Amino acid sequence: MSATPYRTPVVSKVKLETILNMYRRGMRTDNRDLYSPRNLNVQVGVIEKANGSALVKLGNTQVIVGIKLGIGRPFEDTPNEGVLQVNSELVPMASPLFEPGPPDENAVELSRVVDRSLRDPKAVDLGSLVIRPGEKAWVLWIDIYVLDYDGNYFDASMLGVMAALMNTRVPDYEESESGEIIIKKDSPGTPLKLNKRVVLVTTAKIGNYIVVDPNLDEEALAESRLVLAFDEQGTVVGAQKTGSGAYSVDEFYRAVEISRSAAQVYFKLLDSALQKNQGG
Amino acid sequence: MKQRPEKFFDEHGNRLDGRQRDEMRPVDINIGVLSNADGSALVSYGKTKVIAAVYGPREPTWRYNVLPDRASLYVRYHMAPFSTEERKSPAPTRREIELSKVIRESLEPVVMTELFPRTAIEIYVEVLQSDGGTRTASITAASAALADAGIPMRALVGGVAIGKVDGVLVLDLNEVEDNFGEADMPVAAAPDLGLITLFQLNGVMTLDELKEGTDMALKAIERIVEKEKQALRESATEVEAL
Repeated sequence: MSATPYRTPVVSKVKLETILNMYRRGMRTDNRDLYSPRNLNVQVGVIEKANGSALVKLGNTQVIVGIKLGIGRPFEDTPNEGVLQVNSELVPMASPLFEPGPPDENAVELSRVVDRSLRDPKAVDLGSLVIRPGEKAWVLWIDIYVLDYDGNYFDASMLGVMAALMNTRVPDYEESESGEIIIKKDSPGTPLKLNKRVVLVTTAKIGNYIVVDPNLDEEALAESRLVLAFDEQGTVVGAQKTGSGAYSVDEFYRAVEISRSAAQVYFKLLDSALQKNQGG
Repeated sequence: MKQRPEKFFDEHGNRLDGRQRDEMRPVDINIGVLSNADGSALVSYGKTKVIAAVYGPREPTWRYNVLPDRASLYVRYHMAPFSTEERKSPAPTRREIELSKVIRESLEPVVMTELFPRTAIEIYVEVLQSDGGTRTASITAASAALADAGIPMRALVGGVAIGKVDGVLVLDLNEVEDNFGEADMPVAAAPDLGLITLFQLNGVMTLDELKEGTDMALKAIERIVEKEKQALRESATEVEAL
């Protein structure tokens, strides 16, 4: 059962007024304009035992993504495809707002928004993950771990997922005489095939303002948030309104336009963060 | 398992069930169908049938979750095991957890929870038969049930899903169009306030399609909410002043 949240961060009136005053001048409390995301830092391959991994810092929000490949069965209706599974955990160490236990509705929502934003535009070439049609295929497990929460785990998670997918290698395997698939441990493997890259862009509605990549204070003040998934061509590949508020039609379209521009900023940030990562 | 239809439109451009692309299925709204609940509504969009019941405002069962300044809204969206082609396990799925959340968030903007601090308003939705658009039918049913329970609201809410099949946007998609189409975009709104209260997209759309689809949904929602009002008026008993 879903209930009105009762554990929400408290933001003082003074802070709210400061934030709105700064918006009026086109500024934010963490030194950026209304439509810019925070700084992005990405480290790939941080978990050697995973087939792909990334640690992402979007401002002070930290997310680690681990990708594991295992042998399973394709779904009956898609015998020629591998299986994509997305799971996320809002671990209690990340924030006093998170509680231990099985994924709550927020974690489930995060998993499902990331899942459909990858699945519908066919971001991962699942066809390349079939081993024997209808019988054996790779199962691609994407596990999202929110480690430190300062707002906007949607965007940070998807950036982490992209970085990790781009860094994922599918292990080599051989078939035994009985038809068993044996994964070759420590094999170099081949890079995972991606069809396209996708980012999530979250905007928050605070007063009459729409701001990109809200931090925790802004999320707490936001009436509502809009999460939109875009590919590099600017096509919308997923969407979710989240939070207890509502949008006028005008505000809604404004948020969509703002998000679409911000998506391209995220792609650039991701590229330069990955480049920096390789250089260092 | 259902097969993908060869085509989604006949030679006249009509859909498989004979509808035009911007045509709703028959919408039926019945108010006060349950005797125990404070408010209830049975809503069908074609073969999709959902029932919503409202209890409250009442003493919260879950004491840890009491809001000092308003009522807590609780929503459970659940699919009956017999509602689908193949039996659905009654255990809640991740989908039902997510939908319960977005349905709650689609109603919170209109329910005047501030009038009932420290109480709970509980909304139970059961999908009796699923043929596409169950979450949006659920929102319509929940909104009507809240009104039937006499809970003060700023406006009524209605929902409808837009689909994309063979590259064409269609209103109120059914199950086949959902399963084999390119996009499912559920929208809910409170037309009297001009507010969008639910927006999701499962699939791929250009910006123009997204806007065209949203406008199409908003127009249809106006008609759905009109039906809701009509059903509520019919269910109300006229009281003669003494």
